[in-house]
Amino acid sequence: MIFLFSVALKLFLDGMHRIFKLKFYTSFPSRFPEEAGILSAWVGTLYVMVGAIFWAILLGVPAGIYLEEFGGKGKLARIIEANITNLSAVPSIVYGLLALGIFVYRLNFGESILTAGLTLGLLMLPVIVVATRESLRRIPRAIREASYALGSTHYELVFHHLLPYSIGGILTGVIIATSRAIGETAPLLTIGALTFIAFLPPAPWKDLIGMLKSPFTVLPIQMFNWVSRPQEAFHQNAAAAGFVLLVLCLVLNSLSYYLRYKVRRKYYW
Amino acid sequence: MDETLKLKVENLNFYYGSFHALKNINLPIPSRKITAIIGPSGCGKSTLLRCFNRMHDLYANVRYEGAIYLYPDRLNIISKGTDPLYVRRRIGMVFQKPNPFPKSIYENIAYGLRINGIKDKKVIDEKVEKALRDAGLWEEVKDRLSANAYSLSGGQQQRLCIARAIAVEPEVILFDEPTSALDPISTGRIEDLLVELKNKLTIVIVTHNMQQAARISDFTAFMYLGELIEFDVTEKLFTNPAKKLTEEYITGRFG
Amino acid sequence: MKVETKKKLDIVFKAFLIITSLSSILVTFAIVLALIEDTIRFFVHPEGGGFPTSLFRFFTETEWTPTFVTKKIGIWPLLAGTFLIASIAMIVSIPLGLIIAVYLSEFASWRVREAIKPWLDFLEAVPTVVYGYFALLAVTPLLQWIFRFFGIEMEGMNALSPGIVLGIMILPFTASMVEDSIRGVPQYLREASYALGASKLRTAFEVVVPAAKSGILASYLLGISRALGETMVVAIAAGMYPNLTINPLEPVQTITGYIVQVALGDLPFLSFEYLSIFAAGFMLFLITLFFNQLAVYFKSKIERY
Repeated sequence: MIFLFSVALKLFLDGMHRIFKLKFYTSFPSRFPEEAGILSAWVGTLYVMVGAIFWAILLGVPAGIYLEEFGGKGKLARIIEANITNLSAVPSIVYGLLALGIFVYRLNFGESILTAGLTLGLLMLPVIVVATRESLRRIPRAIREASYALGSTHYELVFHHLLPYSIGGILTGVIIATSRAIGETAPLLTIGALTFIAFLPPAPWKDLIGMLKSPFTVLPIQMFNWVSRPQEAFHQNAAAAGFVLLVLCLVLNSLSYYLRYKVRRKYYW
Repeated sequence: MDETLKLKVENLNFYYGSFHALKNINLPIPSRKITAIIGPSGCGKSTLLRCFNRMHDLYANVRYEGAIYLYPDRLNIISKGTDPLYVRRRIGMVFQKPNPFPKSIYENIAYGLRINGIKDKKVIDEKVEKALRDAGLWEEVKDRLSANAYSLSGGQQQRLCIARAIAVEPEVILFDEPTSALDPISTGRIEDLLVELKNKLTIVIVTHNMQQAARISDFTAFMYLGELIEFDVTEKLFTNPAKKLTEEYITGRFG
Repeated sequence: MKVETKKKLDIVFKAFLIITSLSSILVTFAIVLALIEDTIRFFVHPEGGGFPTSLFRFFTETEWTPTFVTKKIGIWPLLAGTFLIASIAMIVSIPLGLIIAVYLSEFASWRVREAIKPWLDFLEAVPTVVYGYFALLAVTPLLQWIFRFFGIEMEGMNALSPGIVLGIMILPFTASMVEDSIRGVPQYLREASYALGASKLRTAFEVVVPAAKSGILASYLLGISRALGETMVVAIAAGMYPNLTINPLEPVQTITGYIVQVALGDLPFLSFEYLSIFAAGFMLFLITLFFNQLAVYFKSKIERY
């Protein structure tokens, strides 16, 4: 905890001159450290994370439901389960290589927001599967039997009962996964997230495909770029960007704790 | 027996994996009567009950053999071609522990109606009220239908579960030790309720409480180690059992 | 809705669940496929000498310079850097992780535990690039200052500083896993020890920890696997120089650091440089897979009481 505190303090002190200036949040990166800002980085982070969350939920929640409710002890379920455990231990940079080899070149998605969202989504997948399973496991068997005894189908059970009662736990998992993925740098570096992006991707409500195919940068990559420059002044920018990231993670974590607390109070079986 | 049949179990065998849980059961269930199934724990009485609405289908590695016919149309409940959904809509169930959904009192009952295809809000309102009245719960909850079901007492929760089961107007309701988690007063109310309900539908109740079976049932089946030992009119079974094993059980020599 | 329609919907629903579940297997296949295919391409590439010369060079040469004009492709410098940093991290993480875990499960009150757990969670979510910044601009200067007292000059890029930071970084992960395995030890073992008059501390370290040893070992193996695969801290603070050394004061490059370095440049698809990061990445994948499987093995051996 002391360590965490000293990290935060170091970032804060180093980045103090930038953190409180609005300009830092509304400017593009620049050759001049005083003018450089994180506008394109935080917008990029926002788009990429929305994509990542979309893919992670789309694939992770149904997989969790399948494994916990319908897979039983069958062979297929066991293979999938072992596979997901293994996936969660694969280094994130290997996901970056996957993205580079498959998404960027073989599927031709390019070094785009789409690729980045997919990559981080896959990275989040195991966390979401586990969170889904754990919150389903907390629902007593009697509820399932009650629903079936009234003649409900599997999907009715899932949509009318299991999902509503477990949504808090699932969301908590999504938020935790998001807070981890938001700081992921390595897999996005390998797919060529650029660090000097002096424009914003097209707004998704105007040109969704253009947005998905647009090159991008994200906060941790912008920070990495600034750290690796020799000039001291850029390190200040890096520290400020790092501080913003840290605050983001703190907010997400607190949110997940709050949710967990609320859910615990709502269903007490 | 001159009663009309509602259910008829014929040569039923049931397996959990390699465990032979029910051995060659033959049992008639008369219409609009209460049939109790008694026996020591582990004798297979709950297993038998759960065959009637195909509850075992939820779990892997189970196997049925033989037949259970549902009258008047003589539908074989446990044949592979029979849809368990269809069976469960005609045969409801109330469980050992009250298990309301963590929704409002109203929603708990409306749910079964909705998934059975009733959309009209008015009809649902009427049926919810009727079910609650039939379950003797209406006066207690009419002012707080939107309160969470878990705010009710255990006995009220169980009556809510009964209301939930009768709302969809099944022909048979299975009761799996419905009062084992309740205090004597709540138990008494539920027993009265069962006796009232038999005017409209057929009731099969599993109980480990022999006095309960003697109090409320018209017919009683005694099971032991997966086999049906004796089935008869309740009064006869308790006063003049045909089998020695039955006598030993009802006189409390084992179980 | 009729029962028949519902039945059909139910089949569609289940198919959807299975398909999404299978996607995770697809991802694994994609990873393995991409890695293996490009690794094979790397070894048959003429610039590496072609197969099987390239494979021979991969394991016998002592320099790693696929990006230079004279290409040497010995993997050892990268492996040395990777394992050197991971070892430093584990030297930090093993004792500290054990102490924290024992404290949390055996000594801390329920309230202390509830207060600390969120912070451990938060620590785990801190972006690694932030740790990299801290290693380069806080820990390294501090270490340089300390070493100067002993008359030793340490380079600005070195293995020690990211190693230490990495060790602290994986602490919350290892500590919470170790704590889980310690908590799995049944209460009666502790009581038996107390009944013999043992102190709380002795009970913790002489009875509880040995009783949970498989679980603890598995936790540390997963910790090692994490340290081996960590990227940003080492890319920032360890240097970009593939160095066959075990001196923690020198700059080194890890497999992950190399991948980042090459990826930062412009990568023509299927060029030798492009292929080299897949070969290196495949090595990393195999190594981490090995440690993970070892962890799974020890987990399966967890003592059941």
